[in-house]
Amino acid sequence: MRPFTYERATDPRAAVAAVSRTGAKFISGGTNLLDLMKLDIEQPSHLVDISRLPLKNIEELPEGGIRIGAQAANSDVAADRRVRTRYPVLSEALVAGASGQLRNMASIGGNLLQRTRCPYFYDTAAACNKRVPGSGCAALDGFNRVHAILGASDACIAVHPSDMAVAMTALEAEIELLGDQGARRVAIDDFYRLPGDTPHIETVLQPGEMITGVILPAPPPGRQGYRKVRDRASYAFALVSVAAVVAAERGTITAARVAFGGVAHKPWRSVEAERILTGQPATMANFRAAAEAAMAQAVGRGHNDFKIELAKRTLCRSLAQLAGELRRQL
Amino acid sequence: MIGQALNRVDGPLKVGGRAAYAYEHWEAGQPLYGFIAGATIGKGRITKIDIARAERSPGVRLVLTHRNAPEQNAPDFSITSQYSRAFPVLNGPEIHYYGEPVALVVAETFEQARAAARLVDVEYAAEAGHYDFAARQNNAYAPKKVNAGLPTDSAVGDFDAGFAGAAVKVDQRYSTPYYFSQAMEPHAAMAVWNGDDLTIYVTDQILAEGRTCVASTLRIDLQRVHLISPYIGGGFGSKLGLHHEAILAALAAREVKQPVKVAMTRQQIFHLVGPRPTTSQRVRLGAGKDGRLVAIGHDVTMYTNPEWEYAEQTAATTRSLYAAPNRLTRHRLTPLDRQRGEDVRAPGEAPGLLAVESAMDELAYALGIDPVELRIRNEPARDPERDVPFSDRRLVECLREGARRFGWEERPVSPASRRDGRWLVGYGMAAAIRMHFQGTAKVRVRIGRDGIAVVQSDMTDLGTGTYTILTQVAADALGLPIERVRIEIGKSDFPESSGSGGSWGAANSSIALHRACKALREKIEHSAGEPGDLEAEGEVAGMWKEPAYQAYSIHTYGAHFAEVGVDADTAEIRLRRMLGVFAVGRALNAKTTRSQLIGGMTWGVSAALHEEAVVDTRTGAFVNRDLAEYLVPVNADIPDLDAIVLDGFDDKANVLGAKGLGELGICGAGAAVANAVFNATGVRVRDFPITLDKVLPGLPLAEA
Repeated sequence: MRPFTYERATDPRAAVAAVSRTGAKFISGGTNLLDLMKLDIEQPSHLVDISRLPLKNIEELPEGGIRIGAQAANSDVAADRRVRTRYPVLSEALVAGASGQLRNMASIGGNLLQRTRCPYFYDTAAACNKRVPGSGCAALDGFNRVHAILGASDACIAVHPSDMAVAMTALEAEIELLGDQGARRVAIDDFYRLPGDTPHIETVLQPGEMITGVILPAPPPGRQGYRKVRDRASYAFALVSVAAVVAAERGTITAARVAFGGVAHKPWRSVEAERILTGQPATMANFRAAAEAAMAQAVGRGHNDFKIELAKRTLCRSLAQLAGELRRQL
Repeated sequence: MIGQALNRVDGPLKVGGRAAYAYEHWEAGQPLYGFIAGATIGKGRITKIDIARAERSPGVRLVLTHRNAPEQNAPDFSITSQYSRAFPVLNGPEIHYYGEPVALVVAETFEQARAAARLVDVEYAAEAGHYDFAARQNNAYAPKKVNAGLPTDSAVGDFDAGFAGAAVKVDQRYSTPYYFSQAMEPHAAMAVWNGDDLTIYVTDQILAEGRTCVASTLRIDLQRVHLISPYIGGGFGSKLGLHHEAILAALAAREVKQPVKVAMTRQQIFHLVGPRPTTSQRVRLGAGKDGRLVAIGHDVTMYTNPEWEYAEQTAATTRSLYAAPNRLTRHRLTPLDRQRGEDVRAPGEAPGLLAVESAMDELAYALGIDPVELRIRNEPARDPERDVPFSDRRLVECLREGARRFGWEERPVSPASRRDGRWLVGYGMAAAIRMHFQGTAKVRVRIGRDGIAVVQSDMTDLGTGTYTILTQVAADALGLPIERVRIEIGKSDFPESSGSGGSWGAANSSIALHRACKALREKIEHSAGEPGDLEAEGEVAGMWKEPAYQAYSIHTYGAHFAEVGVDADTAEIRLRRMLGVFAVGRALNAKTTRSQLIGGMTWGVSAALHEEAVVDTRTGAFVNRDLAEYLVPVNADIPDLDAIVLDGFDDKANVLGAKGLGELGICGAGAAVANAVFNATGVRVRDFPITLDKVLPGLPLAEA
C-alpha cells in the first residue's frame, strides 16, 4: 500500500505546525479525500486529523453576522436556527448537497476545498492539468456535459462542485485562515482562483494554512433562495445552481446578489446581473436582461452548451420567485 | 402456502450480516488478495511490461502477466451459451478492449495489492480502434441467431406494400445507450485448491455453466471444480457467466498454493463486465384511420464485440405483441473494439419496448386515439407470427384494470395542457410483454428421522427470493410447516439446474421441487411404518422438449401507467407516480413478486430518465464509471410506485401455473415514462435517456 502516517491534532496551532512537512495534508470528514486516496489521485504521506479541533461552534458576531467554525458538520450548520432564519440560502444549499450520511461527516472547511468531479480528473490514465500539471486536458474535446461555461481556460474546464460555497459567495462570506505566519481573512470570491495555466492551484491557501472558520456578515436585505438543477432528485451534482438575494420596494429592486454554481472553476458571482437588476422594476424582462448579462461571456464546449440557456432560465425563475415572495409579504 | 406473502426466510441472516458472500468466506484459511491492473488503451498490443517495481512492493507474492500466466483453452464459439465457453485471461500481448486485464497482483492485503498494481509498468503500441457506435452503423451484419437462439429476422405478409398503403404512418428512429447492471455486490471470487480439486467461492447465477467455463479454461476435469455461491448481492444478468475474477483467482491460487480472492472495483466493472448493447432502432407502424395496424416493422442495430458475438433479442417480442397482417423484424450487429456485450435485465425487451411502445404512443397521437384504446384495438386473437394460440394473455385486462386504478380518464388529452405550479404534468402508458422460458432443472429432497425436509439444488438466489419460494413449494407439497423445510442451494455439487437467469429460475426449480416432493411422498407412503432417511429427485425438461411450448405462445404481460412533472423553466423531469398491472400466471409469493416488479419498474424509470454509460470515442473508455456519475434513480426519484398482479394460473406453462416475472417489470416501463414526458411537454425525445438538455429547447420561455 501507499504508506501514510496519521496524527490527531489537539489545537489549531499544533495542526498548522504538523502539516508543514512535505506530503502532509489535513483530513477532516474525509468524504472526498479518502475516495481520492483510494483512486491514487491524492497521495499524502502524512494526515493531520483536524476533525476534533474545537472549531465546531456557530457564534453570533457583534455586527450582526455569525462565525461558523470550520469543523462544524454540514448537517449541523444546515439545521442551525440562526442559519435557517437569517441565511436560508446557505441552509438550502447545504441540504441540496450530497446525502444525509455525507452531510453528517463533511465539515464546512472541507466542503470549501472539495475537488472537482470532472471524470478525467478521476481517471489517472487520462490527461488532466489539475491532477498532473502540464499533462493536458482530456475534457476539452472529450465528454464535457458537466463542465464550465465561464472563466475556463484551455488548460482546464472543470467546475467546482460545492453548493454551500455558492450560497456563501452570494452572502459575501470571508474565509478565516490560520498559518504559521498567523491568522488572516480572505473574501470568498478572492479565496478561489480561476484555472488559468495553473488549474492545480485552486485557492489562495498557502502551504500549511488551515481554514478555521467562515464569517458571514449580517444578512443582506431581501429574500434569499438557492435553486439547484440536477439530473435526478437527490444525490447529484448541480448542472447549474443559483444563489440569489433580492430586495425590493414597491416593485423596484433595491439590491440584489447573484451567484451561480456548476458553471465555473469557482462559485460564480455575477456583478453584471446585480448591476442590471438594481434600481429596475422586478419584471421578467429585467430578469432576462440580467440573465443575458450574467451569461454574456459564457462559452460552451459542445456537450455543455445547454448550460448557458439553463443558467439563464434558472436565474429568471429564482428572481421571479423571490420577487413574488417579496410582493406577498407587503 | 404457495402464493402467500411469506417474508424472506434468509432475511434475518442478511440483515444480521451473517450471510457470507463470495468475498467473505474464511473457512479455507487466510487468503491472499488479488488486484487487477487494466489496459489503458482500447486496442493494440503490449510492447513492454515491467513488473520489477510491483514485485518489490511490500507484501507482494505474485505478479501474473501474459508472460507468466499458464496456457489456457481458447473459447469455442460453436458453444451456443457464451457462459459455458472457456474464458482465458492474460493470454497474450494483444489488447482487445479498454480495461482488459494486463496483470494480476497478489499480495497479503488488499491495499498492498492495489498499490502494487499501479506500479506495473506497461508500454503499448496503440492501434486505431472502432469505438464510436454512431459512426459504424453502416458496417452492420446479420448474425445467424440472436440471444436465446431466436431467429435474427422475421417476415409475415408484405411489409413494404402494407406500410406504403397505410393511411397513417409512424417512421422513427430511437436510440438507447450502453447500460450496466452494477449489482450492489461486485464480481468477486475466492479460489482454493485442495490437491487437484478447485473450490471457488463466487458470485454466479448459473453454477453449472460457470463450472464448465472454469474446467474448460483451466483444462481440468469438470468433476474437480466446485463452485459455491449461496448468496448473491444482485446479478441482473451480469453474473450469468464468470469473468476475470474467477479465472485469475484460480490461476493465482494454484501458483501461490494459498487461497486467493479477487474482486472487481466499481470502476473496473464498467470495463470488464459486458454492457447491454447500445442500439439504434427504426420502428415503422402503418395503420388505418380506425387505428388498426396494417404493418409493423422493427429494425435494430446494436454493437457487438468482434469475437464474442452477442445479439439481444430486441425485436423478438414485437413479433407477438400486436396484430397486423404485414410484419418485419431484423437484428443487425456492428463490431466495435469493446468488451463483449452481456445480458442485462430483460435483454432485448427492455430497449426494444422503449422504442416500440414510444412509437405506438406517437401513432395514438397521430390518430387522435386514446393510447389504451389503440392497443386494445390491435389485440391479436393468436400469436401473429407463429400462428399458434396464446396460453394465457390477458393484456387487455391489464390495460383496463390499470387505466381504472390509475385514473387514466383524468389524463390531459392534449400535450402540454396541464400545469401544477411550476410543473408541466403529463400522463403516459405502455404495454409490457416478455417471453417465458423453461429450462432444465433437477432438485433433490431428503427427509430424515428428525422430520426436516432438506432441499438441494445448484440453483442460486440473487436476492430475488429463491430460498423463500422453494420453502413454500416444499412445505406445500409435503404438508410440512415452513420451519421444517431447509433449502440448500448455491453449490455446484448439488443436482444441476439452469440457475437464475431469464426469469426462469423460480418456475424451473419450483416445478422440479414439486415433482421431487411428490415422488418423496410416494416413497413415504410405500415405506409405511418404517421411518428413516428417504430421498427423491424431481426434474423439469427444457421448453424445446415440451409440446406445450410448441403449441402455444407463452408470455407474461402487463400495462404501465406513469405521471411525470417537467419543470417549466429548467425541464427537470420527475416521476410523480406510477402503476403497473401484470398477468404472470400464478405468483409464487406475493411479496417477492411485488418486490421484483417494482424493482423492474424502477429500472424502467432509470432507462427513461437517468441511465447512460458514456464512451469516450477517442479511447474506448467509459467516462462516467462510478455510481456518482452513472445515474440511477435514488429514493427521491421514486415517490409513489406500485405493482398489481392479476390472480392467474397458466396451465399450459407448467403444473404450477407459474411464469417468470423478474424481468417483466422493466418491460415497457421506460416507454410509459417517456410517453408521459411527451404528454407533459409536447417534446418527443427518441434518444434515451430523456435528460433535461434534450427537452429544454422545446420549452417556451417563461413570461412571468
